[in-house]
Amino acid sequence: MTARVVVLGGGVGGTLVANLLSKALGRDARVTVVDRTGMHVYQPGFLYVALDQADALWLARDERGLLRKEIDLVIDDATSIDPSRQTVTLERGGTLGYDHLVLATGARLDRDAVPGYGGSHDFYSLEGAQRLREELRRFRGGRILVGVAGIPYKCPPAPVEFVLMLDQYLRDRGIRERSEIKLLSPLNRAFTVESASRMVQPIMEKKGIELVTFFNVEAVDGSRGVVTSIEGESLEYDLLVLVPPHRGAKVLEDSGLTDPGGWIPTDRGTLHHKNAANVYALGDATDLPISKSGSTAHFEAPVVASRIASLVRGTVPIEAYEGRVMCFLEIGEGKATTLRFDYQHPPLPPQPSRLWHWAKWAFNRAYWVTVPQGRIG
Amino acid sequence: MTIVERRVTRCIDARGMACPGPLMTLIGAVRQGQLGDVLEVLSSDLGSKTDIPAWVAKARHELVDVIEEEGYARFIVRKAR
Repeated sequence: MTARVVVLGGGVGGTLVANLLSKALGRDARVTVVDRTGMHVYQPGFLYVALDQADALWLARDERGLLRKEIDLVIDDATSIDPSRQTVTLERGGTLGYDHLVLATGARLDRDAVPGYGGSHDFYSLEGAQRLREELRRFRGGRILVGVAGIPYKCPPAPVEFVLMLDQYLRDRGIRERSEIKLLSPLNRAFTVESASRMVQPIMEKKGIELVTFFNVEAVDGSRGVVTSIEGESLEYDLLVLVPPHRGAKVLEDSGLTDPGGWIPTDRGTLHHKNAANVYALGDATDLPISKSGSTAHFEAPVVASRIASLVRGTVPIEAYEGRVMCFLEIGEGKATTLRFDYQHPPLPPQPSRLWHWAKWAFNRAYWVTVPQGRIG
Repeated sequence: MTIVERRVTRCIDARGMACPGPLMTLIGAVRQGQLGDVLEVLSSDLGSKTDIPAWVAKARHELVDVIEEEGYARFIVRKAR
């Protein structure tokens, strides 16, 4: 009998799981990917668009072209999931039954959770990055605040990368001396990863970027240009860049498959949903205590695919996820470092160098013909 | 049981959460709570021992007590404003 595998979400995780399963199982499985837009977006590129270093066209491709031809792609929105009947209801296309369901629904931006959020900018969506790019082009000097409006959020080092690259951007335009940059961190260090924070904080200091610690954004008053924190501080700005609060997908919340924050209760090794049979989760959608990033999804996908393939073949799944993540951290001046870690080993970033910067660029460029197809692991 | 423990408004078991989970959970609870609420956070993360007292001081709330238990600590915080 042909196994029915439904994958919700056509991002890094969903696309890779679908391709690996289709390749491993051939006609033994019918793999269907459901994606709301049918476009695959390379989110690490938003940073470069915002800072005028890349064209937005480079960041989106047709999902169909990234999937093996045997895979069905349904461009529709899932509106409910019934784990007891093993069905997914679609907004336009009826109901899909499944034997195995993969939740790769990512994170959604919940800007409304912060009163006055509209008075700020972000680089967490393509539209946001393009709007910020235009605002920066008009910027002639003043105070720029860069903050985080809720943890967890995707790509924890991104705000640090942004301020370091912003410093360079303003220098290149000859307006750095007329500008002030402050990074508002919700924690008592630059970002979640302690070892990497210890590395970047002196670099920020050297570049004249002030770190404001324990600043958890409460509200924005765009008309006065003031952002306030729940710790009781108020700061004035000329340009405010905020990472929006994140939540899991609404369909999962509506179907009772999440914790109160909208994240999927996920087994850290098997990546199985803790409370629903035959349901797996990966990528930004899980509640795992690890970075929300494409890299995480990239390393989780082979585990999910292997476990489902074993079940379809009637063997015992043995692969487990060990928390592996690998990403790059740009520090400006054409240099970068790399963060490699897992559940047991915190990252020990090497000294920033041009080599890692070029490795990141090469990875960005090669992404479309390597990662979704499972050509690098 | 001490007087403080009996007055705890809400207890949050953040044991097993990695840094900065326990602190962020406390911040969320303080945000939702009322003035005068006493919140208790259980954390097995070693980083909490510095992070939570530092945050409470910065946010001008009150760290009522830190009680060491086997493999975890209990942080008792009063929302002061």
